[in-house]
Amino acid sequence: MTPLLALVRKDLLLFFNDRRSVIVSFAVPIAIASFFGSIFNGPSRNGERARIAVVLVDQDDSTISKAIVASAQSDPNLKVTATDPEAARTAVRRGRAAVAVIIPKGFGEAAGAAFFGNGEKPSLDMPYDPSRNTELAMVRGVMTQHVMEAVSREMFGGAQGRTHIEQIAPKIEASGMDAQQKQLLLQMLQSVRRYYDRPEANAQAQNRGGITMPYTVREEPMTAAGTAYNGYAHSFSGMGIQFLLFAMANLGVEMLLERQRGLWKRLRSAPVSRLTLLLGKGISGAIISLLILGVCFAFAMIVFGVRIQGGLLGFVGVAVACSMMASTFGILVAALGNTPATARGVTTLAVLMMVMLGGAWVPTFIFPAWLQQLTVIVPVRWAVDGLDAMTWRGIGSSGAILPSRILLGFAAAFSVVAAMRFRWEES
Amino acid sequence: MAILDVRSLRKSFGRVVAVDEVSFSLEAGRLVGLLGPNGAGKTTTVSMIAGLVTPDKGEVLIAGRTLQGDTDAGKRRIGLVPQDLALYDELSARDNLRFFGALYSLSGAALDTAIAGALELVELADRARDAVKTFSGGMKRRLNLAAGLLHDPDILLLDEPTVGVDPQSRNAIFGNLETLKRAGKALLYTTHYMEEAERLADRIVVIDHGKVIADDTLDGLQMRVAAVAGGRANLETVFLTLTGRSLRD
Repeated sequence: MTPLLALVRKDLLLFFNDRRSVIVSFAVPIAIASFFGSIFNGPSRNGERARIAVVLVDQDDSTISKAIVASAQSDPNLKVTATDPEAARTAVRRGRAAVAVIIPKGFGEAAGAAFFGNGEKPSLDMPYDPSRNTELAMVRGVMTQHVMEAVSREMFGGAQGRTHIEQIAPKIEASGMDAQQKQLLLQMLQSVRRYYDRPEANAQAQNRGGITMPYTVREEPMTAAGTAYNGYAHSFSGMGIQFLLFAMANLGVEMLLERQRGLWKRLRSAPVSRLTLLLGKGISGAIISLLILGVCFAFAMIVFGVRIQGGLLGFVGVAVACSMMASTFGILVAALGNTPATARGVTTLAVLMMVMLGGAWVPTFIFPAWLQQLTVIVPVRWAVDGLDAMTWRGIGSSGAILPSRILLGFAAAFSVVAAMRFRWEES
Repeated sequence: MAILDVRSLRKSFGRVVAVDEVSFSLEAGRLVGLLGPNGAGKTTTVSMIAGLVTPDKGEVLIAGRTLQGDTDAGKRRIGLVPQDLALYDELSARDNLRFFGALYSLSGAALDTAIAGALELVELADRARDAVKTFSGGMKRRLNLAAGLLHDPDILLLDEPTVGVDPQSRNAIFGNLETLKRAGKALLYTTHYMEEAERLADRIVVIDHGKVIADDTLDGLQMRVAAVAGGRANLETVFLTLTGRSLRD
């Protein structure tokens, strides 16, 4: 057996002899990726869509407010419960609801007047849970639609609208408006009144619609060959990379422990080159990394139906490049670390930062623009991009070339710095 | 002819001169005891001989030639038994030896024979398949010695090889070393224990503050001290006379 093979074999034996390492490296990423996948994958075919819990309080009890409540209750995005203001605020404070919507007394009347621009706009109170800002934004948008629809329906076809027109005509007559403008406006109001007075108007009143969205959206998920998006593919990429980085950081810490325990003295006293010693670590690390990625994706394919839709060759290329990057990262940890304890703390932070910035946990769009730009210097971002491209995005093997090259570039950079900074002298 | 020739070695770490003009030699079939208080420079000297530390000055000759680089075949003539228990606890005794043997390009039947011989010598053949973490301190010390012997080196560098072991294991290690000496191996042995040097050493090199302050046989050292203090002294008295009684770091 050559020294290089012996070094690789020894590291693999050590890894597989350590049950804790094996569990952390294989089982934990699968468990966490499954959890994240179930969240990001959206509702299953038979599953119920997640709805935002909203508490509605109708203090107005007007035609408009009742229409708002009815409309909100039928909204598939909201889970509405009606209650009083105190109970609503308590529900939000205790986290049972994201938002409360309180329709105050006189809201319908004031909103109707404000609709034609001659009244003060009433306010809709929305106490919300500050930890659930995203849900507040969604509820605000949804409620805008329901209020506009209810108010416009009432103002163009309801009793309140007719009364409003009766009241507004004398005001126009008395106003100091230009005569021609005044005449045109009064003619328009007379036309609206005649429209209300038609015999069939009352019969249709119940079916009248208010102002609605003047368009619909046709959404098209851009996945491989029109297949449904599989959120597990992304979560297994992210978590797989996170845990192989942890495993390789641990490899670096193990190297520092070898030094601390005098093992490095024995290695250095043997007629083995420095390159062979580092290469042995690099190869064993890359093999372990590949195994972690392989096992994670095999599980995802068997259990969650993840498919390699971008090309097997490209997938293997990205996986190998990821493994080399991670493995050299481990050697870098050993080169830069002083003691195992400090190296462990610093690398845990470094890995978590890289994984977070690389988009493995949350989509990068939530980051500020400058931070999104900065992610190009994070290897995890390229690893996730490459694996996404080869799985659910279904980009052909050509899509693997850029991420693989960049990951190999990171591997080369890590190797050079590690070789330059490695402490070879054993005192 | 000396198989190991240490000539004017010097090594400093920052402002601290750890080893200063250290010279001595070692012949085949002989054991030289390298004695000195804590921080005297013993381990740094051994590290320079083993190629772990580059000397600032001086040279180490192995059978008349200096080592050229990490992969010099001359390194095969040196076996290192570090002060630390340089073993992989999670691996079995056999897997440890298989790995360390392979570093010297041993393989196949030659490696199996070397492993069997080394385990036999240190009386651990029956525990070959057990993980090292299940071994006692004495057993680990004996395996640490076996790992340095696998490739059949001519020179064995033993850096305090009996630290923390019980009298039985220490006695067993002494027996092993005497066997190796009879087999013609040259042994350099650093220790704090005077009785070990008295029992094993053919010659004693006393080092203090990085300098060699005595290099003689036990009899020679005793005579030197007797000339000053009067009467035949044991090695501990000789040592304290030479190095002083002040406490060291």
